[in-house]
Amino acid sequence: MAIALTGNPNTGKSTIFNELTGARQKIGNWPGVTVDKKIGYVRYKDRAISVVDLPGTYSINARSPEEKIVIDFLMENKLDLVMNVIDSSNLERNLFLTVQLLEKGIPLLIDLNMQDDAERRGIKIDLKKMEEALGMPVISTVGRSSKSREQILDVFTSTVMANYEPSRMVKDHILRVQEIKASGKSAEAIDEELITARYELIDQVMAQAVNVQAVSPSNSEKIDRFMANGVQSFLIFLLLLYAVFQITFTWIGQPLADILDELINDSLIPWAGETLAAMGVAEWMQSLVVDGVIAGVGAVLTFVPLIFVLFFCLSFLDGTGYMARVAFILDPIMRRLGLTGKGVMPLIMGFGCAVPAIMGARALDSEKDRMTSILVTPFLTCGAKLPIMALFAAMFFPDNAANVVMLMYVLGVVMAIVAAKLLGSTIFKEQGSTFLLELPPYRFPDMKSVMLETWDKGKGYLLKAGTIIFACSVLIWFLSNFNMDGMCEMNESFLAALGSAVSVLFAFHGFDTWEAGAAVLSGVLAKEVVVSTIGVLYGVADVSTEAEEAAEAAKVMMESGMATAFTSLSAFAFMVFSQLYTPCVTALGTIKKEAGGWKWMGFSALYMFAIAWIVSLLVYQIGRLLGF
Amino acid sequence: MTLKDGRQGMTLKVKSIGDSELKQRLMTMGLIPGTKVTVLRSAPFGDPIAIGIRSYHLAMRRDDAEMVEVEQVG
Repeated sequence: MAIALTGNPNTGKSTIFNELTGARQKIGNWPGVTVDKKIGYVRYKDRAISVVDLPGTYSINARSPEEKIVIDFLMENKLDLVMNVIDSSNLERNLFLTVQLLEKGIPLLIDLNMQDDAERRGIKIDLKKMEEALGMPVISTVGRSSKSREQILDVFTSTVMANYEPSRMVKDHILRVQEIKASGKSAEAIDEELITARYELIDQVMAQAVNVQAVSPSNSEKIDRFMANGVQSFLIFLLLLYAVFQITFTWIGQPLADILDELINDSLIPWAGETLAAMGVAEWMQSLVVDGVIAGVGAVLTFVPLIFVLFFCLSFLDGTGYMARVAFILDPIMRRLGLTGKGVMPLIMGFGCAVPAIMGARALDSEKDRMTSILVTPFLTCGAKLPIMALFAAMFFPDNAANVVMLMYVLGVVMAIVAAKLLGSTIFKEQGSTFLLELPPYRFPDMKSVMLETWDKGKGYLLKAGTIIFACSVLIWFLSNFNMDGMCEMNESFLAALGSAVSVLFAFHGFDTWEAGAAVLSGVLAKEVVVSTIGVLYGVADVSTEAEEAAEAAKVMMESGMATAFTSLSAFAFMVFSQLYTPCVTALGTIKKEAGGWKWMGFSALYMFAIAWIVSLLVYQIGRLLGF
Repeated sequence: MTLKDGRQGMTLKVKSIGDSELKQRLMTMGLIPGTKVTVLRSAPFGDPIAIGIRSYHLAMRRDDAEMVEVEQVG
């Protein structure tokens, strides 16, 4: 049988979905739009049940892509049952969607979720009276408990639905809706009358079935008076952000990355080398597997812990309801910068990986905010740019390495702001920005949902390691070991030829060597590859891609040809360029998908390249004038 | 007065909502003529504001709040 879940955002709908279906989920995309489509499968009492988790919406007016998906899906598919998940502590607004669904004649099971929250807030709901008022079965759940799960599945598999039909009140309402629609007034006037009529019905239902003894102010409001009020709210935000970055880059993420790196470099690579040699595999094949694939893919895999830890922290904070407060307190600042308060979370994600950050911009209200956010996010220092910065800083600025890396982070943020300003006053000048945001009650997040969300955001990165990075590693290995005559020395290879062609662009930047050109080129495939390309080109086999070991790697690199290829100034100009130029192909692909077309993808690639080219040229030339 | 003029702790009753892009979204979220709202707080720079409406909390910008005509009831 086929079931669909609907409900407002923040109702715990996804938690229930995860509880019902467990790991047996398929996450895809709704055709033509960038909204996740989640389907799960359950077997219960010998019945196979498929459950679709529809996007959370406040209504089904088909105004947003999400709303259109919900209404289209419900109208086009023959469903056995639709479960409408409702936040019991926020009944009135949640019932709006319910009423709209009833108007469409959809068979509803109403699930009053988070009953415990509601009772704590002095809201008493009489389930029987609620059933009578609506004429549909009503159950109550407390989110994540196996009892809730069985209770829901029992209703799914029973024939209880046959005993219900819309109440007198609902039937009257439907008649009234038909009258309003036939009134011949303007579409807007009709919509507004419909909204008013729905809330009148809701008021009747509330009067019949709900007893509210106001306990005011709510706990969330008490917390907000501290967390989202006055100057301390900024301090709290900065403190939490600092903690998130510490957890990611110092306390948990980096140590895990170190362990993984050691495993790959000290165990896997020697083992693979020996095994292949023992098997008598041809030398070029050994080189391809060990120097090409394992080194390339391994370098990317070591970032996986960092990315997952960062996304876990952000998903957790989002689950508590705190990220909505961040949007609230930062909106005026973000607006001045040409963005919106809701854009803070996607931007922070950009310090991990631009791909989920660009996808995260879906949550923004207006087209202008969404596009701006998508186009400026790649300026930030993502996890893959960090090793470039760490290595160059350690090599050429050994006394100030940390400060120079910090400077690059700041440069990325500043450029993102400048670009947002520029875009806002040119391309998106005519478009308005809106901001309407529910501040959900603070809750301890459901860990299962946090984990699933983390996985959902981070899996793209893992996928990238398996696909594009794998292919790039093979490609770069081939380009750097071959020319038209077969296998050759590196400085005669295809890569050298390509690199020197590209390096013409940097004649006035101080880094017009073919090696730098090749590194820039490979960075378009993936930023992680810049460091390993440089390592390979300067004949240093094992360049660590980790910040922690950058100093060590720098020593090795100094003894190679790299020290003479760059001066401190040209190295700095190279860092500036790497920080700002064209996003990697994975990010570009995401931009194409999210911004809707090749045009925006091309625009992003070119304008970022232009900005990086100009800024790094200025840095080099002004630096020279100043005598560096 | 408009919702923008509300001070912390005031209870206001919505009289009308001016035509704007947001009008239907605001109404869908439960802000319709006759609805009572309480002014909870404004963000540190005075914008946006948070209001309590139909047992939940909603944040909106002052510019948008200006479109909502209200009268004070408490």
